[in-house]
Amino acid sequence: MKNSFDNLLIDTKLRLLKMHHEANAGHIGGNFSSIDALMALHHLVMQADDRFVISKGHSAGALYATLWSLGQLSDEALSTFTLDDSVLPGHPSGGGIPGLLFSTGSLGHGPSLSAGLALAARHRRTSQRVFCLCSDGEWQEGSCWEALTFAVHQRLDNLAILIDQNGLQGFGRTRDVISCEDLGPRVAAFGAHVRNVDGHDPAAIAEALHSPGPGVPVVLILDTVKGKGLHFEDRLESHYLPLTSEQYLAARDTLMGKGNAS
Amino acid sequence: MRKAFAAAVLENHNTDDCFFLTGDLGFMALEEVQQAFGSRFVNAGVAEQNMVGVAAGLARENLRVIVYSIAPFCYARPFEQIRNDICLGALPVCLVGNGGGYAYGHMGPTHHALEDCSAMGALGVRVIVPAFDDDLRTLMGRFTQPTYLRLGYDARPSGTVAPAYSAWRQILPGRRGALAALGPLAGVAWQALQDVPEEQRPAVWAVCEFDEAAIPDAFHQQVANGPLYVIEEHVAHGGLGMHLSFSIAKRGIGCQAFVHRPALGYPTGRFGSQGFHRAQCGLDVASVRQMIAAPA
Repeated sequence: MKNSFDNLLIDTKLRLLKMHHEANAGHIGGNFSSIDALMALHHLVMQADDRFVISKGHSAGALYATLWSLGQLSDEALSTFTLDDSVLPGHPSGGGIPGLLFSTGSLGHGPSLSAGLALAARHRRTSQRVFCLCSDGEWQEGSCWEALTFAVHQRLDNLAILIDQNGLQGFGRTRDVISCEDLGPRVAAFGAHVRNVDGHDPAAIAEALHSPGPGVPVVLILDTVKGKGLHFEDRLESHYLPLTSEQYLAARDTLMGKGNAS
Repeated sequence: MRKAFAAAVLENHNTDDCFFLTGDLGFMALEEVQQAFGSRFVNAGVAEQNMVGVAAGLARENLRVIVYSIAPFCYARPFEQIRNDICLGALPVCLVGNGGGYAYGHMGPTHHALEDCSAMGALGVRVIVPAFDDDLRTLMGRFTQPTYLRLGYDARPSGTVAPAYSAWRQILPGRRGALAALGPLAGVAWQALQDVPEEQRPAVWAVCEFDEAAIPDAFHQQVANGPLYVIEEHVAHGGLGMHLSFSIAKRGIGCQAFVHRPALGYPTGRFGSQGFHRAQCGLDVASVRQMIAAPA
């Protein structure tokens, strides 16, 4: 029998799907590879004063849907996603998004921003933790490694970086584009505390983030599938292409079927 | 100006809510700041993109942040971080670029900053180019918006006292038009023209900010009645000359003659000191004197 979180997760995925379909927006794959982690983080891990940075700004839809699940964004607001005169653009920016601290979308910015937040929290001797969600392709940006080096040197153990390792990027598989499928060992070699988890298992994600790193930042490698649960699961098309009506209805049925399985 | 800058930082910003970040620069200039700030002084290493991102994170938590490097590494390498992380959030981070223009002369072109003011201004950053050491004390007050501070060398004649800081200051009177000098070049113009009779020279203005609203009426009157000279250690594109001509055109003010001396890059393909490059661009004392002596 599913608990209330499981049911809320399904409802949120359905809302995310509807939002993308109505807006005819792409980047669905990266949203469905990260929605489980976003929901786990916001519902099961983060405390009121914790900070979140969505470095993979192309998963804005999943963030908006998660905020909707928390009651922080309305249905009406979600219905404006990527439309004219909206406060919910395809990559998050501006003052209309609760809890949003930075404009992201250009990859490789979040880890440094998060390190700054974590440094501020330590300076003020608060118990605040800072969570940052990255994509795996994003770690081809040198700035991510600058930030990691800095965060490890500064021993920012109040920082947790989640990497959505779905193995697909804009124009190919990460292993084919630039051989960066082994992020865990690389990050560990930089001195971070690495944990690996099934990125579609909210309970496991919450457990993995329960404790901060041992004197250094935690990097949580989320083993995920791009477009998880959709017709173009683990296919490159899921990075850019919006859903046709037929695809939307089929995906909705699949998600609802899982819901009915309880 | 590094020493004056460091003194001003100590005087105005050594409080618990202020961080100082440096990109591994400041040897023999920032040691006192480092000692005074303690853990709030962070050498972020040779990683300017991260440094600016970290600064934005600190500023987002309502901490005040000064980011220091040499001018080209301060604005060019982390340009996107300045644009997205600082400017889109309107965070009041103060970016300090030491050695604007050709100031790092013999270090070569990678260490020069000739288009920094234009690049930062295009992002909506408040650009300040102090002319004299004494300006720093005034300028290093509270920053309320993204700010770029371009430091150079105070070149005013020995024994002179600069007027109190203002974005526009007339430092020499004159009756033959006006000369606008960007930042430290005001000191060069001061040296060049201090002994030239008033009736034969333009009024000399030290210009430290491009803010159009700060241009004094007296300057416009001088330009309407004589030639306008502009000297700047910055490329023409987006520089002081373009800003002034735009302003004058919008106001419909006639201009008898417009003589513009910007930084020209490396016209001969040869490199040298700041003085060498200034001379190549007609921005040294002798060239400025000749420029004024020639018919405009």
